[in-house]
Amino acid sequence: MSALMIRDLHKRFGSVDVLKGVNLDIESGEFIVLVGPSGCGKSTLLNIVAGLEKPSGGTIEIGGRMVNDVAPSDRDIAMVFQSYALYPSMTVRQNITFGMECRNVPRAARDKAVEHVSKLLQIEPLLNRKPSQLSGGQRQRVAMGRALVRDPLLFLFDEPLSNLDAKLRVEMRAEIKQLHARIGTTIVYVTHDQVEAMTMATRIAVMHHGEVQQFADPETIYNRPANLFVARFMGAPPMNTLPARVDGGRVMLGDGSVALPIDAVGLGARDVVLGIRPECIAEPGRRFGDAAPLIIKARVEMIEPTGAETIVTLRLAGEKMIGRVAPDVRLAVGAEAEFAIDVRKLCLFDPKTERLI
Amino acid sequence: MASGNMSNAGVPPMRDRSWGRVAVYVVVWALAVGYLVPFGVVLLNSFRTAEEIAQTSMIGWPTNWVFGNYTAAWATYCIAQTCSGIQPYMWNSALVTVPATILSTLLGAVAGYSISLWRFRGDAWIFGLVTMGVFLPEQMRLIPWTIVLRDLGMTNTIAGLVMIHTIQGLSFTTLFCRNYYVAIPVDLMKAARIDGAGFFRIFWRIVLPLSPPILIVTVIWQFTHIWNEFLYGVTFTTGQQQPVTAALIALSASVADVPQHGIQSAAVVVAALPTLLVYLFGGRYFVRGLTAGAVK
Repeated sequence: MSALMIRDLHKRFGSVDVLKGVNLDIESGEFIVLVGPSGCGKSTLLNIVAGLEKPSGGTIEIGGRMVNDVAPSDRDIAMVFQSYALYPSMTVRQNITFGMECRNVPRAARDKAVEHVSKLLQIEPLLNRKPSQLSGGQRQRVAMGRALVRDPLLFLFDEPLSNLDAKLRVEMRAEIKQLHARIGTTIVYVTHDQVEAMTMATRIAVMHHGEVQQFADPETIYNRPANLFVARFMGAPPMNTLPARVDGGRVMLGDGSVALPIDAVGLGARDVVLGIRPECIAEPGRRFGDAAPLIIKARVEMIEPTGAETIVTLRLAGEKMIGRVAPDVRLAVGAEAEFAIDVRKLCLFDPKTERLI
Repeated sequence: MASGNMSNAGVPPMRDRSWGRVAVYVVVWALAVGYLVPFGVVLLNSFRTAEEIAQTSMIGWPTNWVFGNYTAAWATYCIAQTCSGIQPYMWNSALVTVPATILSTLLGAVAGYSISLWRFRGDAWIFGLVTMGVFLPEQMRLIPWTIVLRDLGMTNTIAGLVMIHTIQGLSFTTLFCRNYYVAIPVDLMKAARIDGAGFFRIFWRIVLPLSPPILIVTVIWQFTHIWNEFLYGVTFTTGQQQPVTAALIALSASVADVPQHGIQSAAVVVAALPTLLVYLFGGRYFVRGLTAGAVK
């Protein structure tokens, strides 16, 4: 069953086109992450799905029902906000039951639902506290509890982890993922953090300038980015992209001093943009699959040890690139060094359309 | 409202005795004393007999403390041929001030809430029009109100004054509440809408519980303002319907053998007492509320 279907959705604020014809088909049980830089329209899209804003054009169906003219409370959705949006004057329990109170759910059923959800999220000891007496992580849990108690067709998360510190964010990320695995309800999750997108999503919609750039599973998004924007946005550090020229079975990088073998016979001779992930540039001892590694020489410009690995900025064929080498590799800044290149995952883009070839 | 009391809170110990600082305190104290002198004179005179004031000076320490001025001013002194003291007029003032304060505060809260948190077409215009009332001089509104009161048959009634003060007060109360409510995060409203709460349920359950600081401010503001108001009282009511501020004038104008300065002073002190008490007990909440945010 389709949980959410968005057709040709437009949104204009005055003369600004915030959404320019968004189409998404989301199956029941999916964990969809909408990711993109700020201002890309992802939060607006979520607000329109929630019914908090009206679209300028297009349709929204939730669970097969057209909801364009349905009030937010009648769309069978629940939402978790970045600010948590807990009602300050109510206790945790009242926060969780407020929606049921509005829908006139009998008290016994409310109590039962609170019990179930607070057990699920382990917030039972907090039920009689006010939001101001909770830590950030606890508020986050309560906000999720308020959404979970509804048992909706669709969960909407609007950057729910952005206000947490780094450690807690990683913990909650795992927890939300497990929660989804357990309850199986469809989730649409907005974030600007591509790590959250990669780690949690069953499918990712990368947005930019009010358009969906690519809608695919994380692996495809990462390895076969549909265009240069997706290639550069996903991954940290991002994919290296540099001007190149294919000719026969080779691709010449930058000034042409370096050539890599590539399976691009059908392309003839033409200019391209080459995309290569930083992890495909490693220390010379690294093995990529069974093939003998391709070794190139490049000048080291900067090294950034992270502990688990060392990020190295190098100059290759006149272009700046980023590689990731093992932490025990000694590199001298300013000197030439050898690197192994994984040529299996090279991406070629059209320099004009910026699309994947 | 006297301003002397407010300086107590934030005075640091005068360790830093630079001349600039000394000069500031001299000026502040001079202003505070100057501001309080008239009140001091009235207060002292309220304990002196008319004869004493007439024989010595308007300004002077009571040689003989008397309290009879207060009983006379409250219950027996004649104002415009009615010898009931200021008691009935105090009651009039309360009947005007209390309902008008409550009504204007509640309506202002709802108006401020809808303007700040329920954006609608033309909301900025409506807000602008409502708050324009803050800047219109009272005198300009006298004739329109006269016509309205006449057409509604409310001339010379307490209900008429309640209506005027409620509507006029809306400018201030809406401004106060709107400025306070804009600090409420929009996400709270979104969450409540998804939870299925409507306009009044959100107001009642979410916004109003956040409002005590600003409601205290508006109540204090409205109460002192309406209680002290004179022009409408003296223009739209006569005789037994007048609020105490208007009646005090009649009291000072009443022809007597000897000017009853002692009784008149006592009447002024009694008339000022409600706002003084509000200030003494509520002043700190007023300052605190004006600077408070809606959500911590």
